[in-house]
Amino acid sequence: MLFPITSPPRTPPRVVVTGAGIVTALGLGWKSNAAGFRSGRTAFRPVSLFDVGRQRAKQAAEVDLPEAPPSTRLNAKQIAKLDRAAALLLLATDEAWQQSGWEPAENLPLVLGTTAGGMSLGEAYFRQAVQRPRSHRRQATRAVHYQPQVQARMILDALGSNGPITIVSNACASGSNAIGHAWELIRCGQAGRVLAGGYDALSELVFVGFDALQALSTTICRPFDARRDGLALGEGAAVIALETLESARRRDAAILGELIGYGTSIDQHHLTQPHPRGDTTLLVMKQAGETAGVTSEDVDYINAHGTGTVLNDSSEALAINEWAGHRTASLPVSSTKANIGHLLGAAGAVEAVICLMTLCEQWLPPETLFETPDPACKFPIVRKPQDAHVNVALSNSFGFGGVNATLILRRWK
Amino acid sequence: MSRIFVAGMGAVSPAGWSVAALRAALDEDEPLPTQTMVRPGWAKPLRARLVPNPARRPEFLAHPRLRRASPITHYVVATALEAIGNLRAHRNAEYRLGLVVCLQSGCVNYSCRFFDETLKDPATASPLLFPETVYAAPASHVAAVLENVSLASTLVGDPAAFLQGVSLGAQWLEEDRVDACLVVGAEETNWILADALWHLERSAVLTGGAGALCLCRDPKWVAGVELTAITDVHTYSTQNDRTRAARAMRQQLGKPEAPASRRPVALGQNVKSAGKMAAPPENLELLCDGTGSSPRADGPELAAWRDWTGLRISPKRILGEGLMAAAAWQCVAACDAVAGERFAAANVSLVGSNQQAIGARFEIVAPASPL
Repeated sequence: MLFPITSPPRTPPRVVVTGAGIVTALGLGWKSNAAGFRSGRTAFRPVSLFDVGRQRAKQAAEVDLPEAPPSTRLNAKQIAKLDRAAALLLLATDEAWQQSGWEPAENLPLVLGTTAGGMSLGEAYFRQAVQRPRSHRRQATRAVHYQPQVQARMILDALGSNGPITIVSNACASGSNAIGHAWELIRCGQAGRVLAGGYDALSELVFVGFDALQALSTTICRPFDARRDGLALGEGAAVIALETLESARRRDAAILGELIGYGTSIDQHHLTQPHPRGDTTLLVMKQAGETAGVTSEDVDYINAHGTGTVLNDSSEALAINEWAGHRTASLPVSSTKANIGHLLGAAGAVEAVICLMTLCEQWLPPETLFETPDPACKFPIVRKPQDAHVNVALSNSFGFGGVNATLILRRWK
Repeated sequence: MSRIFVAGMGAVSPAGWSVAALRAALDEDEPLPTQTMVRPGWAKPLRARLVPNPARRPEFLAHPRLRRASPITHYVVATALEAIGNLRAHRNAEYRLGLVVCLQSGCVNYSCRFFDETLKDPATASPLLFPETVYAAPASHVAAVLENVSLASTLVGDPAAFLQGVSLGAQWLEEDRVDACLVVGAEETNWILADALWHLERSAVLTGGAGALCLCRDPKWVAGVELTAITDVHTYSTQNDRTRAARAMRQQLGKPEAPASRRPVALGQNVKSAGKMAAPPENLELLCDGTGSSPRADGPELAAWRDWTGLRISPKRILGEGLMAAAAWQCVAACDAVAGERFAAANVSLVGSNQQAIGARFEIVAPASPL
């Protein structure tokens, strides 16, 4: 029963990651993404998915999808209904699933974050409805499969599993909130293991929207650079398999890292702008640190939200400066949105997996196109590929609407 | 384990801008009149039940954050303010408030307008519209209006996800992360949504609005209702269709219904003249189901509750297909019936369209009783 709530364990269980899947414009899967992030490669190119001839910005980080989806339990009819976003999600989920070694289950919670779900289907529906109103072809299918919960059901079908689905849509914090919610489900004893992550595909509506806001860079996406002029959009998905340490040990599973802290709150300042002082960002970083039992002295790397917009980065910089205190000057920070763009609902999940990569492989992802430090940033931006000792990594995510989230992960030794 | 109470309710529906209007419409037990909605390219319009304009312009509309907000945000704010009225009257604004907004379609009006502009000329699409298209916009606006929201989330799903929202709110309360939690379900009407519904259920009549429950742990603020159960989530899959899921949900709410001889004057068809009872019998229960006007869509839920011989109300039959808002109205109607002491308990049955079946149970509790 969802309620009454099961009495939580006296001591919350430790929660570890035993599977991770990632798809970005840098590649399909952990290996190609790790190579790309480690070297600081960028993945932007002219947009090919829709016409951007009338837009200020012309580039985005598009994923090259494989010709066929991974082999799962989906039948041909189901596969034919996968839109671009669902295909990204399926790829990431399959990788996490394979790595986790989990068996199909009847009660496997799935928690996903997304901002747009099957937006491309929604766009197709609208186009047909206004341009060919008498044609009903495929409209019913689009009306159903546009909905993110239907995409999520497809994922559980692909795994031969069933279980409660939760779709979190807190804009660009969705992926982090999904993982944080999954972490809480396990810690409070409501679940022993959870699949969690985020996904979003590029869509015309969203691209035009950010362009209309003049939030897209017309040059190069350079988070925290004094000459930054906006964000770049990307697409992708990331999914992680979370379970109790006890469960992972019982299975003798390979552990990629431990999720040790989570904080979330809402900034009421503005629908699209953070509070200039970064008050809520500071609050969620503090919350995450408290739940993790760590301070800035213990953190070895921050994967910043760092969109590359003037307002976001200055606000986040102030919050990081304040939170890190004396540690600021030596705390490495970078934003991997410089490499793959802003993945919106997928961003927090993808960046959590990047943090896992830094913990597992002991390197820091550089912003190789970063040139001029913003005086507001009192911390060093990682600019060159480098090996590093990374024991604890922190990831920030903030969304339109003001929901902020921070995750903290620890290396598994 | 803490007890979770309902501190207040709010509703905006085609019946009007309050729980009282919702109650009156359900008591009348007559489907509300429909209006027409123009569908481009079609001579025959679509049918819908639109939310009427409020009798007076709500004061909250003067808030600067709501200048450009779409109707769904107005509905969410109105229901939120109504639901926390009791709390606001008795407490200063320093309590920590949680907010869970549940949506199925969300901000379709601005999404349609913005994409329409995009198709005409993307270079001139309005930057004012785009931020209002995101699912998280209503939660952001209501948080700004209320000012004391410390924790917020927007959940998307089929209508049964409203009870996932209630469960999340209960969890936040249980963990003492908030002192009260608003859970709101909302939708707005638009021709494209009515068109989509027409493709899926020809007989359904689209409507919009919102419903809200304010949950708390403090018995001092209780509106006479306690949340006593939310079933498991019964997700649909290739192995678990809607019929099976609905049946499993019903089995988890399987308390025997009231004997016919002890039935009260009731809501809806049977309860038109319902008044407050002196003392509702302990086993007098209401079923608030989600059936509407479609035999095909309603089949699994009707089958699951075939053995129910007690009283039931079906808000969708009166109000229309309000998606997530309709799920919220079911819960509001159930809580209102219990709070008004018409029933000792009310079961809510949510058999969603494409995700899951979940049920809940609310029971009577004396306000400010020594707990």
